[in-house]
This record gives sequence, structure tokens and C-alpha cells, in this order.
Amino acid sequence: MSRELPLWEVFVRAKNGLSHRHVGSVHAADARMAIEGARDVYTRRSEAVSLWVVPSSAITASDPGEAASLFEPAEDKVYRHPTFYVVPDSIKHI
Amino acid sequence: MTDPLHSARVASVMALGDDSLILGQRLGEWCGHAPTVELDLSIANLGLDLIGQAQLFLDHAGDLEGNGRDGDALAFHRDVYDFRNCLMVEQPNGDFGQTIVRQLLFSTWQRLLFEAMARLDDDRLAEIAAKAVKEVAYHERLASDWVIRLGDGTDESRRRVTEGLDWNWRFVGELFLVDAAEQPVIDAVLAVDRSALRPAWDATIDRVLDEARLDRPDAGRGVTGGRVGRHSEHLGHILSEMQFLQRAYPGASW
Repeated sequence: MSRELPLWEVFVRAKNGLSHRHVGSVHAADARMAIEGARDVYTRRSEAVSLWVVPSSAITASDPGEAASLFEPAEDKVYRHPTFYVVPDSIKHI
Repeated sequence: MTDPLHSARVASVMALGDDSLILGQRLGEWCGHAPTVELDLSIANLGLDLIGQAQLFLDHAGDLEGNGRDGDALAFHRDVYDFRNCLMVEQPNGDFGQTIVRQLLFSTWQRLLFEAMARLDDDRLAEIAAKAVKEVAYHERLASDWVIRLGDGTDESRRRVTEGLDWNWRFVGELFLVDAAEQPVIDAVLAVDRSALRPAWDATIDRVLDEARLDRPDAGRGVTGGRVGRHSEHLGHILSEMQFLQRAYPGASW
């Protein structure tokens, strides 16, 4: 058996209204210890109003070997960016 | 001016600052040595919280004293006999089990003390306590979680945390001790009657020990003296390290 505790991924929400963002990981025996570890490692400079921890084993990653078929087809489809519209001057915050 | 009530009041605030200062310094020794990087940061955070409290308490004590000493002067230019901290905080860290048990016993006491300080007729103390009680509530949570984990863990973790509990228990009585000099300060609602905190402390600690499947040690004979400047040999060693710079280069600043 490994002496290393299981790995947890840490997500921090910097303020209300924003999404949680992945910031790193901690080792912990259970969710409560993971929250405490994440609090002490990632929020000590008041970076957070909320924390999520997720067992790293629960995350399914895309296969790097399939990157070509998964992501490259999007590269030559610039028309999917809404950059061809003329935004009227009176419309702010876009 | 040697008003006994006033000097007892200064000593009482100084004791609050010295408790936080010395334990903060002690916990700093774990930096780079804790069992995991997460705990390394957790313990350093606790230590820094305590040193922040110490600064506020000692600045207040210095202002009350009125001799022009601020928190830094009190921290770095006093010798062993002038420190008013309890004996528990100056004890060596031992292993992580011993350190975390001390944190449970001390932080639970400090949380109850700071909650009670909200009712004092000293606005500045009440404000410091209101800020610090949030920090200390987390210290207590972290320490109880670990004591429960280790007590109800492996044979080795259980043995270590039991030894830590036995070692630290002799210093518990002093936390609740009030001497005759401080009684008028308490009567004037300028200090908390710590002896009244014991039942709530016992109830909280018993709950944690129960969940950790640990036995409460026998009361035994406690050790006291810190509040009147009678310290163990360990305090001198802490001070020689903490005060090194000011002893070697008096008045140095950056």
C-alpha cells in the first residue's frame, strides 16, 4: 500500500459571481482534510470565498493521443468566433 | 504611579500577548519539518495568526503601561522573568502528536477566552478578541480533527497522541488559574474570569477525546508559575533564538 495519501484537485472561487477555478492539488485522507489542506495551501492570501475539492481519481482526462482528432478540427473554423459582427458604438461592455 | 489595579491590568493583557507570542514562535519551529507540505503550511499559518494576535495584545499592554514600550519592545527586550505566558506554550513541540494535542487544549481554551472577552469594559481588547476568535476557531477545528484522526487511527498514532496528551495535561490547570492580584481586574470587567471557563472547556475536550477514543488523563498535580514569571528552562532557549537579532544588534530595524 502506498504511504502517500490520495490526491485531491482544488478549485477556488475568488468572489461571488465568478466560477471556481482549478488552482492545484493537495494530498488528504478524506474530503474534510482536503478542504483544510486546500484552505491552508491555496487561500492564505485571501484568494477565496469558496473552495471545492474533488478526488483526482474522479476526473477523466481526454487522451493526448486523440488531441489531433479532438481539437484540431476547430482550428480552421474562425467563423465560430463572433468577430465578424460590427458592434454599434452605443453597445458597451462587449 | 503604582496603582496595583492598573499594574495587574497591564500584566493581564501582557499575559494574553505572551501566550500567543511564545506559542507562535514554538509553532514556527515546525516550518520545513512538518509531516506533509499541507501540514507545514497549516502549522505555519497557526503560528502567524498567533504572532499577529501577540502584536495587537502587546501594543495594547505597552500603551496601558505608558512607559513608551510598544509590542516589539515588549517582545524583544524583556527577559524570562518578565514573561507572563502559561507554561504549556513554552514546552517543546515533541512529535506532531504532542504538538497537535497541545493545540487542541490551548485553542479550545483560547476560543472560550476570546468569546468571553467580547463582554469586557475594554473596547480595544474586545475588538482584538472579536478578530482573533475567528482565527482560533479554525485552529481548534484543525487540531480536533487531527486528534480524532490520530487517536482513532493506527496503533502508533494512538500511542503517540496518548503520550502527547499525558505530557500536556499537567499544564492544563494553569490555564484556568486566577491569582489574587488579578481578581480586582476581573471585578472591574477588564479581564475574563478564566476559572469560569473550565466547565465549557471540559465539555468540549471530553467530546473530542470521546470521538478520538482517548481517555482523559488523571488530574494529577499540575505545574504552574508562568503567570508570575517562574518558567521552565525552555523559555530561555526560545527567547535566545527569538531575540537573537535584537541582542546582537540592539535597535536594528529594516
